[in-house]
Amino acid sequence: MIEFVQQLINGLSLGAVYALIALGYTMVYGVLRFINFAHGDVFMIGAFAGLYLAPYVMWLWHFSPLLTVVYMLLLLVIAYALLRHPWIALLLAVGLYRGLVALAPPIAKLQDNFPAPSWLGMFVVLATAMVVCAILGVLIEKLAYRPLRNRPRLTVLITAIGVSLFLENFGQYAFGVDPQSFPDLIGDQAINLPAWCGPFTDLTIMESQVLVFAVTIFLLIALRFIVTKTRLGTAMRALSANPVATSLMGVNNDTIISFTFGLGSALAGAAGILISIQQPSVDPLMGLQPGIKAFVAAVLGGIGNIPGAALGGLLLGIIETLVVGYSDELHISPGYRDAIAFLLLILILLFKPTGLLGRVEREKV
Amino acid sequence: MRTATILPFLVVLGLGALSARGQDQIKVGEFASMTGGNASFGQSSHKGTALAVDELNAAGGVLGKQIDLTTEDDRSTAGEPSTIVHKLISEDGVIAVLGEVASSKSLEAAPICQENHIPMISPASTNAKVTQVGDYIFRVCFIDPFQGKVMAKFALSKGWTKVALLTDVKEDYSVGLAQAFQESFTAGGGTIVKVQEYSTGDKDFRAQLTSIKAAHPDAIFVPGYYAEVALIARQARQFGIKAPFLGGDGWVGESLLKVAGHALDGSFFSNHYSQDDPSPVIQQFVKTYQDKYGEKPDAMAALGYDSAEILADAIKRAGTTSEPQLRDAIAATKDFKGVTGDITLDADRNAEKAAVILTIANGGFQFVQRASP
Repeated sequence: MIEFVQQLINGLSLGAVYALIALGYTMVYGVLRFINFAHGDVFMIGAFAGLYLAPYVMWLWHFSPLLTVVYMLLLLVIAYALLRHPWIALLLAVGLYRGLVALAPPIAKLQDNFPAPSWLGMFVVLATAMVVCAILGVLIEKLAYRPLRNRPRLTVLITAIGVSLFLENFGQYAFGVDPQSFPDLIGDQAINLPAWCGPFTDLTIMESQVLVFAVTIFLLIALRFIVTKTRLGTAMRALSANPVATSLMGVNNDTIISFTFGLGSALAGAAGILISIQQPSVDPLMGLQPGIKAFVAAVLGGIGNIPGAALGGLLLGIIETLVVGYSDELHISPGYRDAIAFLLLILILLFKPTGLLGRVEREKV
Repeated sequence: MRTATILPFLVVLGLGALSARGQDQIKVGEFASMTGGNASFGQSSHKGTALAVDELNAAGGVLGKQIDLTTEDDRSTAGEPSTIVHKLISEDGVIAVLGEVASSKSLEAAPICQENHIPMISPASTNAKVTQVGDYIFRVCFIDPFQGKVMAKFALSKGWTKVALLTDVKEDYSVGLAQAFQESFTAGGGTIVKVQEYSTGDKDFRAQLTSIKAAHPDAIFVPGYYAEVALIARQARQFGIKAPFLGGDGWVGESLLKVAGHALDGSFFSNHYSQDDPSPVIQQFVKTYQDKYGEKPDAMAALGYDSAEILADAIKRAGTTSEPQLRDAIAATKDFKGVTGDITLDADRNAEKAAVILTIANGGFQFVQRASP
């Protein structure tokens, strides 16, 4: 019984990882009807941004919380500038990075005595990686996808695969192929369950697992709010329904699409940091496998549907974990884990082609 | 590298004179991944080989002749080995070929050497198929299943009778080691209490570890590569699994201890050689290598060194470089005192020799013992 509950927790935690990445996939699809295959690689860049910038940012947080607030405000300014003037935002970001490096003690010193773990410091690192990835996402859209906007959808899809390959190989060139150890930003520990849990006090739950789960739920609600309740979200949905009509109504389509990509990439950046805290090894190809699994999760839940992506991710994680954990009882090799997950995907698509929570859309003739 | 570029030049310069002088030299070819993805392996094995040739030449050469080593780079690229080995044999006229580390590259070159009846000695290709190409193909390292047997015996000698297996199903290497381990371990009276699997690139092993924990093993055999092993160990310690891990030479990688932290302390794995081995042959080799290159030799360098030494030894015993005498002499290698152990080539032209078992402590690898077949 305890083992089963432990496996369920393992499954939820793995599923939360998939769900977190799937949210970004599904949001971009929901607005632009376009699968951004480079999403997993933006996730990787987010993790590396954390790896290289965390020593500075954590140092800044310990050095002066007030300066950190100024730093966060500057990040906000950059994020705002990104909407209309991505190049200026990039310049500002480089300037901010230069300032941070100039202020901090030499990097060798920082890496030898990494600043003490801190939850608030971790959130500043998280914000930093999100801004880095948002800039990257907006620039990718501007340089690679925008020139192809009126071409057949397949052209853009192939370009997305190209961008993905570019990021992977650029990563191998710039960061090296070997996995690197990600710093423990929060001093990750197992949670001591209180005595009233009875036999369940033996369960192992890491703080980082709860963190990933909580952030996934929070982002799920926040995204839902942005898409359904804000003016930008309304514009996003309108654009998704009819781009010509929105531009006639005075909506700047370019800005809305930029915003969508920036937001989706920022989500990937957040996932990069949170998942690397839980699985502290980062390498340039780390986005490949979770990228595919998250894509499956998004399709499983109904691509374009935000709660669907979260549900799909959690389901996929739990199924994979139970197949591996109970392979003896089920008389199947645990190596069939992925095969069973994908078989399930095929079955769901056969009987419910729109995914679990997807709605049927009628094409007008 | 420099020898490789200058030598052909020299050959062209003194063509006339060389026809007479060529008799005083023994031409040996080497192909290695000097650049590209496997460059760190290729560079090391080349340095070891070059050191052996330098030492032999300084001591007066072999059969009174100097050894002339021609090294070609296959750029870690499939297709290159066949081109450059053709070149080594037909243009440079080498009497033997040394190389490669990666089994896939050796497998490309082996049929060409076999066809031309030129002996080929691979320093570090552990895939069993390499020497099955033909009777001119040899290796100075042990093959994959051997490590599994060694670790099984080691586990039994430690009194660990209940072991769990955690195999990387995407790697033939890992599956082969696990099979060999299971056979020897159960034959020796041990029980495999749980078999679990993962795939290269996985980062979450909690499902596997939860089920392994429930089986209460004395030790866990993880014959995978360093990237996954480090994360497996970390997550296992989070679950309070205290059993030591066992593994093979795939554990050796720069990032293993950086990612694993202290999670692998007290675990054991098999390797080809240890630079901390107190044996005088090894300490002498470590010292001369360090004097020449300013760094400590790794297992690939030691194997590269042994490949050249075994060839020289065979030429001495054959008294000639012509075939099939040289091939027969290499095949008859017995109890050769190499840096990577006492090497005997068996009927399948594989090296029969001891492995070393290393443990992890204080953030580094420590020599435990030699383990014989």
